[in-house]
Amino acid sequence: MQEETARGKWGFRFTPVRLVMLGIAVAAIVIVLVRLVVGLGGVTNLNDQWPWGLWIYFDVLLGVALAGGGYSTAFIVHVLKVDKYHSIARSAMLTSLLGYLLVVLGLFIDVGQWFNAWRPFVSWGHHSVLFEVFLCVSLYLIVQFLEFGEIASEKIFKRTHKFFLTSMPILLIIGVMLPTLHQSSLGELFFIMQGKLDPLWLSPIIPICFLLTSFAVGPAMIAIETRLASRPLHHKPDLPVLKGLIKISGGILLIYFVIKMIDLGVRGQFGNMFAGTFASNMFLLEIGAGVLIPILLAFSRAVATNAGQIWFACLTVGGVVLSRFNMMTGLGGYLNASGAHYFPSVMEFIVSIGFVCIACLLYLFIAENFVIVDDHAQGHEVELKEDVGVPAQQVTMDN
Amino acid sequence: MKKEERAKKLSRRSFVKLAGGATLAGTALGIAGFPGLAQAVKADDLEKVKAVLVDIPKCIGCESCTVACKVSNNKGFNQKEQAKTAKERGEEPGKGLVSDTWTSITLYEPVIKGNTVRRFVKNQCFHCQHPACASACFAKALQKTPDGPVVYDQYLCVGCRYCMLACPFDIIRYEWEQSIPGISKCQMCVERVEAGETPSCVSVCPQGALRFGDRDELLKEARTRIAAKEDGVSYINHIFGENEAGGTSWLYITDVPFKEMRFRTDVTTKALPSYTEPYMRMTPIIGASWAAILAGIYVVTHRKHGKAQKKNNESDQ
Repeated sequence: MQEETARGKWGFRFTPVRLVMLGIAVAAIVIVLVRLVVGLGGVTNLNDQWPWGLWIYFDVLLGVALAGGGYSTAFIVHVLKVDKYHSIARSAMLTSLLGYLLVVLGLFIDVGQWFNAWRPFVSWGHHSVLFEVFLCVSLYLIVQFLEFGEIASEKIFKRTHKFFLTSMPILLIIGVMLPTLHQSSLGELFFIMQGKLDPLWLSPIIPICFLLTSFAVGPAMIAIETRLASRPLHHKPDLPVLKGLIKISGGILLIYFVIKMIDLGVRGQFGNMFAGTFASNMFLLEIGAGVLIPILLAFSRAVATNAGQIWFACLTVGGVVLSRFNMMTGLGGYLNASGAHYFPSVMEFIVSIGFVCIACLLYLFIAENFVIVDDHAQGHEVELKEDVGVPAQQVTMDN
Repeated sequence: MKKEERAKKLSRRSFVKLAGGATLAGTALGIAGFPGLAQAVKADDLEKVKAVLVDIPKCIGCESCTVACKVSNNKGFNQKEQAKTAKERGEEPGKGLVSDTWTSITLYEPVIKGNTVRRFVKNQCFHCQHPACASACFAKALQKTPDGPVVYDQYLCVGCRYCMLACPFDIIRYEWEQSIPGISKCQMCVERVEAGETPSCVSVCPQGALRFGDRDELLKEARTRIAAKEDGVSYINHIFGENEAGGTSWLYITDVPFKEMRFRTDVTTKALPSYTEPYMRMTPIIGASWAAILAGIYVVTHRKHGKAQKKNNESDQ
């Protein structure tokens, strides 16, 4: 079935789940239109003390982090040229493209003067960390579109395919360099809020923390995506391939954990971890369940099993979700000290969920109409023969 | 076959060149440090800025200043806000500052040595010497003028609200109810100051609680007042704004601990941009070097890969 659609025909099946997603997406778009008319005050619970809310922490901060699977995979597969992970490269990079689309959409509706979004391109506030984030994210989105051009031109505008193939090396290198910069800068954004963020998080190494976690969460996201997409796309998750990636991810998490502990020690914040406050408990949860347990799983025998991989993936993603939301926790203590409070409105939730639905529907549409999950290059198939034997055995064992 | 190889080599060489060039360019950019950065924080300019000294014990809470502000900045009468008392505003998270109210008076009644005292505080933007908001703005919509005021230009603003979180005194407000909103904060009557006049709030103060002048003169004046214990007032030996957030254009002296009047006494005395701007100066160098390293790795891994493939092909034959 995959063969058929990938080779020419267009199609999209509407299952009940997809219809529900479409419904939420439409609701989200309606709310966005309302927001454009009545302003942010009429739709969100944001206020002068809480200028950033769900849309920034979920759609932007978390969206960029979870889309980190794209650049980490591009780095491992295309720059380091580790061929055994080649089969997941396309789906990981597509997910990343859609993730960034989501981020830019989220930003677009969150800023007040959205029609001015181009302004920083000509009015350079180059002293602002946000300037770098803006520049890198927008350029990276363009680069990702071009990278996708290689896939798209297999089916449409075939004449451009050669152009895309030859420009891939440059695109890939820029496409790894830009995320490295803005993933870390997203953390550095908070460093100017001196004295506002809880010292458990406010540290000079905040950019390194953001970078390492975004890299480590890549394989975890791929492990989840391939399982979520395996049913609708009739594609079995490749356990040995994922196992290797998860071990890389575990190694990065270990480095992250060590750096984090040294940082806390140097700044004399060890005691604050066990202060018993809301912030410190959230910190312990983030580091314990989201970093320590995944490290143990990655280096145990469980990593070869389906269940072990799912646990690793869910915990790691959960840990990164927490680490980004904890920017809110870390700020919350300060912001609420003045008597202010913020909890996202129902409409804010619907928009955030609706955007995720849009991305999922786009992913399914593209995966069903272009070659995403199947390995396309014949040259690689020859090389991969040795490795292919392993998943085949695994599959039969599972059955 | 040979031709192909040569072409490959050539492209590889030009690729390496490109990467090297990128590194050099990035380094040059970084060393030049974005000339604008140095310009923004020129030390001798900052000594000449204008400032306002607020003598808290002299204020009687008449709120003439807030009315003058509304009139001269064309801000409408806000019934809901104006109905509040100064004490109510003092208990609010935002101290009575909203998008159409750039300055407010709040009342605090701390107990000092067994006596309850009443002190009025005027709230508005502090006009930092090294404004975090301007440093945080990625579209240059906020800038420090040579005279001292930190001014906002909605024409350039994207509306991201990063400035609101960067502000060390949580002064910046947002037009939440507008479909096309901007931020909102005191502009220190920038046109009046440029024309050599005093800001309108200062011009109407009947008590002399507000005094406008050169910042260094006002600092001297503040020290004199603190030393003289004028009118039997025993001032605390602290000028709020002298060093806070790297120094501000609004200076406060008082006889009641600042903390009792919701001043942010734990604020850093380092200029806030100095936390993030070195990072921004490093970025071009890091980015370019990283791209060069990636290009190097790419060339090496793909050469190895090419060789392995060739061997495979040969052994297959």
